[in-house]
This record gives sequence, C-alpha cells and structure tokens, in this order.
Amino acid sequence: MAHHVIETENNYQARTTTGKITNFVDTRVGMSGIVREFGRKIFPDHWTFMFGEVAMYSLIILILSGTFLTLWFNPSMASVTYDGTYLPLKGVHMSAAYSSALDISFDVRGGLLLRQIHHWAALLFMTALTIHMLRVFFTGAFRRPRELNWVVGCCLWLLGIFAGFTGYSLPDDVLSGNGLRIVDGIMKAIPLVGTYLSMFFFGGEFPGTLLISRLYSIHIMVIPALLLLLMAIHLFMVVVHKHTQYPGPGRTEDNVVGFPVGPVYAAKAGGFFFIVFGIIAFLGATFTINAIWNYGPYDPSPVQAGTQPDWYVGFGDGALRLWPGSFPWSWKIDLFNHTFVLAVLLPFMLAGVLVLFMFTWPWIERWVTKDNRVHNILDRPRNAPFRTAAGAAGIVYYSVMMIAASSDLIATHFHVSLNDVAYVLRFLWFFGPIIAFIIVRRICLSLQRKDRELVLHGIETGNVVQLPHGEFIEVHKPLDEYHRYKLVSFESPEPLAAQPNAKGKITGAEKIRARISKWFFEDRVAPVSPAELEAAHHHGHGTEAVEAGPKPTGSLGGHSHN
Amino acid sequence: MGNHRDSTEEVSSVAVTSLEASKEKFPDPGLPPHSPRLTDVDPKQNKKAERHVTLLFVISILGALLFWFAYFGIRVEGNFYDVTNPENNHLLRLQNLFLGLGIALSMFGIGIGIVHWARALMPDHEMVEMRHPVSSEESRAEAQDIMETIIDESGIKRRPLLRNTLIGSIILAPLTFVTLFRDLGPANPSLLKHTLWDQGVRLVRDPSGTPIKAADVTIGSAYHVLPENLQSLTHETGYVEEKAKAVVLLMRINPAELNISEDRKDWNVDGILAFSKVCTHVGCPIALYEQRTHHLLCPCHQSTFDAANECEVIFGPAAHPLPQLPIAVDEEGYLVAQSDFHEPVGPAYWERAKHVNEMAGEAN
Ligand code: HEM
Ligand code: FES
Repeated sequence: MAHHVIETENNYQARTTTGKITNFVDTRVGMSGIVREFGRKIFPDHWTFMFGEVAMYSLIILILSGTFLTLWFNPSMASVTYDGTYLPLKGVHMSAAYSSALDISFDVRGGLLLRQIHHWAALLFMTALTIHMLRVFFTGAFRRPRELNWVVGCCLWLLGIFAGFTGYSLPDDVLSGNGLRIVDGIMKAIPLVGTYLSMFFFGGEFPGTLLISRLYSIHIMVIPALLLLLMAIHLFMVVVHKHTQYPGPGRTEDNVVGFPVGPVYAAKAGGFFFIVFGIIAFLGATFTINAIWNYGPYDPSPVQAGTQPDWYVGFGDGALRLWPGSFPWSWKIDLFNHTFVLAVLLPFMLAGVLVLFMFTWPWIERWVTKDNRVHNILDRPRNAPFRTAAGAAGIVYYSVMMIAASSDLIATHFHVSLNDVAYVLRFLWFFGPIIAFIIVRRICLSLQRKDRELVLHGIETGNVVQLPHGEFIEVHKPLDEYHRYKLVSFESPEPLAAQPNAKGKITGAEKIRARISKWFFEDRVAPVSPAELEAAHHHGHGTEAVEAGPKPTGSLGGHSHN
Repeated sequence: MGNHRDSTEEVSSVAVTSLEASKEKFPDPGLPPHSPRLTDVDPKQNKKAERHVTLLFVISILGALLFWFAYFGIRVEGNFYDVTNPENNHLLRLQNLFLGLGIALSMFGIGIGIVHWARALMPDHEMVEMRHPVSSEESRAEAQDIMETIIDESGIKRRPLLRNTLIGSIILAPLTFVTLFRDLGPANPSLLKHTLWDQGVRLVRDPSGTPIKAADVTIGSAYHVLPENLQSLTHETGYVEEKAKAVVLLMRINPAELNISEDRKDWNVDGILAFSKVCTHVGCPIALYEQRTHHLLCPCHQSTFDAANECEVIFGPAAHPLPQLPIAVDEEGYLVAQSDFHEPVGPAYWERAKHVNEMAGEAN
C-alpha cells in the first residue's frame, strides 16, 4: 500500500515553487479540487452586490474588536467603588462592568478607539445588512432557488438586532439600564408567561445582579456563533446557486458572466475588506459614540431625555410610542382576573407583521404569480412594479416606526408640539404605506414607458436641426442592440385568473389569489417586441428617419415623436 | 401634438394588451465587444498606475508608523476632566484621533491600492461560466433509494415498539436540560406586589437621604423621593431592585386645583401628593414635572400624566394612571407613608388584575 502511494507522488513532477507547494498540500489533504472549483469561479460584478460584502467584513471587524474588548471588560454586576482616572466619578459606587468599561475608555491606550470601532462596526453591519436585503428584495433575487437563503438572511438580520442590543446593554450605564428596563416592561406584557420570563431573564426582580454576565455569554458566544454559522450557510448556498446577475446582453439564465475569483475578484473583494476597515477606523477616530462616562452608572432613579437607541432597534421603540395607550379606551384590559397589556402587545404585533411578511415574501409572491421557475437573472426594480411598490410600502411602514423613536427630538428641533408629531406619525403609519405603494407603482410604470420610448425612438441627442419647411426637430439616435437588449429582455406577467383545482373547484383562497394577481398586474407595460420596433420604424420614417425623428419643439411629452 | 400623440398611444396599447406579435422576443446579441482600458494600450499609463499603487502601499506603511507614534509618543498621565489639568482630555482625544487615523490610513492604503491594482492592471475580460442545476433527478432518485435502504435495514418501520420508545426518549432527553433553566430565577409574581413603603416610613430626598418637612414643600415645588428604610439595604440585599420599585415623585399643588375621588381624600397633605415614579407603560423613571400644567412626562415614550387628576394618562402609550402613595405627617412634621401603594407599581403584567384584587382585600 505505502509503496503505491509513493509511486503516485513521484509521477507528478512540479515545475514551479507554487507547483511544489500545491503538490505538497494536495498529496496530504487533497486541496486541488477546491482550487479547481474556486480558483477561477466566475462572480458577476455590480456595485449593488457590495453591501453583503460590507456586512460580512463588518462582522469580522466586530469579532476582532470585540475579542480585544473582552480582554479588559469585566462582565460583573458586583458593586465596586470607582478608582480610575475619570475624576467626576471617582469614589462613586458602580458595577464592575461599568467600571471596567470606563477603564477601557480612559486607561487602556487605544481602548476608547476599539470601543468606538466596535460600536461603529455594529452600526455599519446592520446598515449594510439592511441595504443588502433591500437589494435582494427589489431585484427579486430571493426567487427560486434562493428562497431558503433569503430566510437565512432574515435570521441574520434578526440576530444582528439582538447582538447590537445585548452589546449596548453590557456597559451598564444609565442608557443601557434603561433599555433593559424597557425590555422588562415588554416581557411582562406577554400573556401567561411574561412575568416568569422577566424573572427568569433577570434572575429575580429587575435589575438583579446576574443580568450582565448572562447577556455577556449571549453577546460574545451564543450570538456570534450563530451569526458565523448562518453566514457560513449563507455563503455556502451562494456558491451552490452561483450568484445572480442583472439582465443584459450575453447574460442568460444558464450562465454567469463576470470576473474570475483569482485574481481580479479576490483582489477587489480582499482590498475592499481593508477599505471597510479603514472607514470604520476613521469613524472610530473622529466621531465619539456612546460616551458612557457622561451618563453615569445605572441607577433606577434618573433618566436622560432625548437619548436615542441605536437605529436598528428604533423601530421597536417607535412602535411602542405610536400606540395610544388610553385612547379611545385603556388598552390595559382586565378580564377574568388577568391583565391583557394590549398597549404594549399590539404595537409589537404590528411591527412583527412586517417581519412576518419579510420572511414569507418569496412564498407570497410565488403563490400570487404561480411562477415556480428558477430565476438567475435579476429583475430591474421598475420591471416588477408590484414588488417594488410593496417593498416601498414596507420601507415607509418601517421608517415611520423608526422615526417615531425620535419623535421628541423632532418636536424640539422643529419647535412643534410632541402630540402633533405623534398624530402625524400615527396617520402615516397606516396611510403612508398605501400612498407609497400607489406612487411607487406609478413611477415604475412610467419608467417602463420611458424604456419603451427609448427602444422605439432612440436617444435624444440634443442636436436640433431645422427641416426645409421650417420645423425644428431633435435628432434621435437609435439604441445599439446591446443597450436595447437590456431594456427589452424582461417579462411582464399578466393577471392570472382563478383556476380550478384538481377536483375542478375554484376555492375561496384561489379567488383571493386571482384578485391579488389582478391588483398586482392589471396595469402593466410589456417590453417592446421586434415587430413593434419594426412598426415604429415604418411609421413613415424607416431607420434613418428614427435617427432624425421629427419632434415638435416645445413638446415635453414622451409620446410625441411620430 | 394631438395626432402624433394618438398614433403612439395605439402602439403602446397594442403592447399592453399583448398581441401574439409582442410575445416574440429580441434575440440575445451576446456579450458586447471588449473595449481596452488606457492601461492596456498605453505602456505609460500602465507604469503610472503601477506607481500609484506603490504610493498607496507606502501611505499604508506611513499610517502604521503614525499609529506607533501616537501609541508610544503621546503620554497621558493623571486624571481626566480634572480642572487643574485640563490638558489631559485634549491629549486623550488627540491620541484617539491619531491611533484611529493611523489604522485608517494603513487600511485604506492597502485596500485602495489592491482595488486599484485589480481595476487598472489585472485582466478585465468578462468571462462566462455555465450554471448547473443544483442537483439532478437521477441523483435525487438514487439518494431516495439509499435512504429507503437505510430505513429498511434499520428495521425501524418493522419494529414499532422500538420506534415509539425511541421517539419518546428523544423527546424527553432534551427536556431534562430545558428543566435546568427553571432556576434562572424565582417564579414568584407576587414579588411585584409590594415595595419598601409601609406605614410610617419617612419620605427622604433622592439622593441626599434627608427627610422632608411638610412645611418646607411649597406650592409648585417637586422632589424626587425614596423611602428612608432603603438606606438599610446594601447592594447584596436588594438595594437596586427595591429602589427601582420605590422611587416616588412628590409635588405640591394648590388644593383648589385638585380633582380627587372620595376614597383618596385623605391621601394627600394639603395638596402635597406622592406618585410612583415608575412609568406604567414599560417602566422608565418619569423625570419631568411641568409645574404650570401639573403634567408628568415620561422621557422614554412621552406618556403624559396629570398630577392634579390622580395622574391619569392624558397622552401617550401608557394605559393606566401612576399609582398614588398615601402620605401623612408624623409628630415631628415630616412626611411619612400611610401604607404601601394600593396597587402594583410599574408596567402592567398578566397577574396584575389578580394582585390588585388581593391588595384591595389586604387593605381592608
Ligand atoms: C454582530 C456582532 C456584534 C454586534 C452587533 C455587537 C455590538 C455591540 C455594541 C453596540 C456594544 C456596545 C459598545 C459600546 O460600549 O459603545 C458592544 C459591546 C461589547 N461587545 Fe459586541 N457586538 C458584536 C459582536 C461581539 C463579539 C463577537 C464580541 C467578543 C468576542 C463582542 C464583545 C463585546 C464586549 C466585550 C462589549 C462591552 C465593551 C464595552 O462596552 O466597552 N461583541 N457590542
Ligand atoms: S416607559 Fe414611560 S412612556 Fe414608555
């Protein structure tokens, strides 16, 4: 046996140093397969594909900077008397956690920087993740075969929120304590088990002496492990599915057009990691964030007005603010000797509806369109008006909640009454999404019409010439076939009428589906077909005439070239 | 405009109603021809790009040096926010700035350098790779066969007794671990019923701890108040937990402006009222008292309570009034509690209605 192995090794003679190293590794752990698979794997390139990368790099920076913080941070609620170099708090009783966070800020060289880097990285992580999800949503990248990866992404987003919240709570300053106090109130609102949950969480009554160390193990172990695991699954699926690509000439459902991993893509992506790190380091160097020494140690008595949670938890806090607790009646309802805390439960359920829609959207869309095909080519958002409009409605719904978390700042900044801000936001919470849906759908449809216009009549060159009989026309240049293909290679689904099931019956659910389908696709703009282009040319002008298509001056309308 | 417009409308409405003709597609023209970059055709530009990349890497090295300069070169000793030594805050800020800028430059230099290298000097020909289905039907069928064989050989289908006991044990085994979470905390909601306040407990100022003479409380003034017996607790014996429930806001309002129900007539002392400071929404301490309107405002979500009206909610997300602490004056003229609160303080919870009933019974 051994003899045989040695023989195989001798058969292959590596010529270069790289070859020798490859040979050494491959004959021991068999890496050549991986290099063959990934070395020249093709990745499509587009600036919107960058946000997922930013999120991943931020996560790496979070882990690096967080590990650094763990070397000094003391996750204990034991009471100590502060004896560090921050004079205003000298001699003050505080938790060991807060004291050590102060030490990191003042007595560890570069500690403040790393704290700020960690916090800025958290903000960038959530921001990039959110934009990445929006990109995936608006381009329809979640469609088959990528539905499960969309769900993994949604889980990453939720976990990110918990990661941020648990981290924010660790320093045990007034702000983090107040955040936890709110969590206590929210937990207690849960019917049946809420009070127990709160007592289990805090180890007794709020705040107890155990919480920081519990949050610590969640923050530095449980959540990062889950995040890394999910990220690995996420990336694994990206490799299995291969990346989606935008529509364009040469790009089909069956191929991937782009750059090979080695060297171009790896260089760009690797370089980009350092750029993201640079941005975060720059923010940490120049912008103070979470100046915990200003707030003081947690104490249940004082509170600071006008303080803000990190933006990604804002929507929960905002939802809490938006629900009127005592109008038109009290939303604390005592029934059967028990209390239903609807004032807290209802706004959370309303925020939860959004999350539910987020997780299930791929299946909702598939149910309505009955489109179960594999999609590797992305939609340009305008070419899926219903989805883009629904997404816009979701964004408005979310944003109103997030903005509501700053309602007091808005009121003081613009000198309006707090109550008025709340009334306006409550109105927008419900009607804003509807308005956004209608407007954005209109915008998409008119952008599609504009595309048709471009394909049929070419690009306005800005050259105005005068015809012999005196009329002024603008010269139009027809699109080249590559540009044109990008604008015509999409599908425009039509409403799908209710269809009988296997038993020949049209179910109630099917009728609803048909109605939604009608609502989604009734107004639609189809891509220009070759015949239409032909017709447009023939409309008295021929190809050349399109190039110099007459356009009455003074007309801004898109339809007036013929 | 008229005529022109109409004729186009026709064309686009044809499209909108999707004639057979419009289902026909444009053929894919294939990848556009590659247009070379300046660096591909001009050796001078190529050299220049190389120089730029080198420069960026040098900047990165300088950034690292800046970091070490800030780390070892800037000495900060002594206290911060010390009026006798204001320099120090400045130095700390400076050190933070240069440490951060050093790291930022060293990262930017590498990052922008490599990206520029890739964009300007590495081949920029787009390449095409074919996709393959995630899995083939044969492989799926084969996998299914294998699974069937495994299940068959295990005999799990043929031996229901084995199967059912296995399922039972697999469900129960993890539950032993779940049980371990039981001791995370006490399962005792009644803890929420009571606070440190009791008959005769003095109201003292927060944070000084001095008792309050009724005569000292002028109309329009307000105090943050704690129970005097809180001082006997330490961190280990529940100081923070009790404080979190017992915090009280005290104010004096002209009795003529008060609107008080019959059973609370004797809960105030000449218009001196005491209310729980824990917001009934989700529990923030209520910090803001507006003397003119007698409104209490919670800074967390802006619930507003009317102190002249038994602290009922007049705006915001809170759903029930702040509990009132019945107070009296002791023989030395200091304010004391008549009893504990008559209902649980703070946010509402599942058992609250029950507790309120029980507490009403205890009070009688
Ligand atoms: C997605 C992942 C993470 C997010 C979103 C996140 C977020 C945060 C935030 C917002 C803070 C408050 C920082 C401040 O004081 O201003 C924090 C603190 C902290 N984090 Fe993280 N973190 C993450 C991962 C990690 C990891 C992986 C570790 C350790 C291995 C870690 C260790 C710490 C420590 C020790 C603190 C307290 C230090 C202090 O406040 O001074 N974090 N985190
Ligand atoms: S906690 Fe007071 S309003 Fe929410």
